Amino acid sequence: MTAKINIKNVNLFYTQFQALKKVNLDIEKNEITAFIGPSGCGKSTLLKSLNRMNDLIEGCRIEGEILLDGQNIYGKIDVNALRKRVGMVFQKPNPFPMSIYENVAYGPKTHGIRSKVKLDEIVETSLKNAAIWDELKDRLKKNALSLSGGQQQRLCVARALAVEPEVLLMDEPTSALDPISTAKIEDLVLELKKKYTIVIVTHNMQQATRISDKTAFFLLGEMIEFNETETLFSIPKDKRTEDYITGRFG
Amino acid sequence: MEGVFLGAALFSIFAVILICVFLFAGGLPAIGKIGVFSFLFGTEWSPTDEPASFGIFPMILGSLYVTAGAILIGVSIGVLTAVFMASFCPPRLHKILKPAIDILAGIPSVVYGFFGLVVLVPFVRVYLGGSGSGILTASVLLGIMILPTIIGVAESALRAVPSSYYEGALALGATHERSIFFVVLPAATSGVMAGVVLGIGRAIGETMAVILVAGNQARIPNGILNGARTLTSNIVLEMGYAADLHREALIGTGVVLFVFILIINLSFSYMKRVKR
Ligand SMILES: Nc1ncnc2c1ncn2[C@@H]1O[C@H](COP(=O)(O)OP(=O)(O)OP(=O)(O)O)[C@@H](O)[C@H]1O
Ligand SMILES: [Mg+2]
Repeated sequence: MTAKINIKNVNLFYTQFQALKKVNLDIEKNEITAFIGPSGCGKSTLLKSLNRMNDLIEGCRIEGEILLDGQNIYGKIDVNALRKRVGMVFQKPNPFPMSIYENVAYGPKTHGIRSKVKLDEIVETSLKNAAIWDELKDRLKKNALSLSGGQQQRLCVARALAVEPEVLLMDEPTSALDPISTAKIEDLVLELKKKYTIVIVTHNMQQATRISDKTAFFLLGEMIEFNETETLFSIPKDKRTEDYITGRFG
Repeated sequence: MEGVFLGAALFSIFAVILICVFLFAGGLPAIGKIGVFSFLFGTEWSPTDEPASFGIFPMILGSLYVTAGAILIGVSIGVLTAVFMASFCPPRLHKILKPAIDILAGIPSVVYGFFGLVVLVPFVRVYLGGSGSGILTASVLLGIMILPTIIGVAESALRAVPSSYYEGALALGATHERSIFFVVLPAATSGVMAGVVLGIGRAIGETMAVILVAGNQARIPNGILNGARTLTSNIVLEMGYAADLHREALIGTGVVLFVFILIINLSFSYMKRVKR
């Protein structure tokens, strides 16, 4: 089986500073891959390079290859089409300051869907898939900023799902949320893996063990260890991984 | 020491109160004598005839038309400029554009008027017909004059929109343009509107430039190429020789102008509050 995403020998620089060092990693289809590691080790940097959000950062330069279904996303490709295929949920919930409905409908409209009937349908299924339809169905016209943090984050998941991505990137999606909202997002992620390939950055090691199939441990821009989550947490090969997961580090 | 600061602060309050007292004491009796309705909605202004009539409706319309025209031109160009400056402009061009617009803000209005008279009026006369002085010409000129206000406020409103909105839109596969126009700009609406309201205030109060290019006929305006007189022009044009009721009626015109400005300022502070 070939992987959904192959990360090959990736070096990434912010002007002079090297934030990623020779990273190699394969992300499998319909699996949840977790990135863990101490703050500043380059997890977000790697995640953002998977949908080229790094392009926005001035002075950011990348070497190596990242293949999505075998095609180099840093080659000659349509970046907007790439971002449609590889969706993203940010650390801080960032719904647009418009209605709940408009938030979810924004993506599909962007990609050319005009029919009201079709949009209604997409909004409903996306909200259902993000497990928030029942809470919101009676107030779709309300401003999204009036929702709680946890609801906003699930709305952002729904918004990302509405463009039917293949891969979903999540950067610490629960770090701003209470335990109940966190549990809801985790259940949601487990449910979503049936249809999507998911990459999640987390600081919470229990979270990684609860939901992910594979885990990659990073340190100072290097990928130290990558394995089945169970294996990585029970019998880590590298001393540094062991130190980190046992809390003797970072 | 505190007393000095307090005194300084009281000075401006005192000035406002004094102006209000002067305006209302000078203008309201005349409005009473003429009759509120015939003053505001009377269509004839002939203060020196026997019997005289003091209807300022033509000037109210004149002010509204000229201001509306200025807003149409100033807002469309101004908001697009602000969007360009906040989201598209290369930094090096921005370094030229920004001071250029600030200079536009500092030009005295009589110079604008002179420019209008020498450039715009002949242009309109040759290419569109009529005398060249009129609502259209005044609107264009005022539209240019309010550009810096609108651009300045709108640009800072656009820059204040959290970048997370923009990134969220991009991450859905939207283009830069689409993210700006359908997410960032709507998010800045209240700030942009504040700029528009400030622009309206500036346009409706402007006098010197308007007098030079608007034609100034005290008649109900008919057609954008024809002349119109604004409330401010009415006062300036006649104050020099007016006496008695005529003079008071001009102060009454000032009262009406003052009320307009008051409404605009109130809606401006209301909008600023809604923004929070
Ligand atoms: N825009 C940027 N310009 C320069 N350096 C940056 C930029 N963004 C991140 N870095 C640096 O790159 C390194 C990796 O940052 P990154 O955000 O990927 O870390 P992280 O693993 O996500 O950390 P955290 O867990 O705190 O989110 C850090 O040393 C950071 O200071
Ligand atoms: Mg991070």
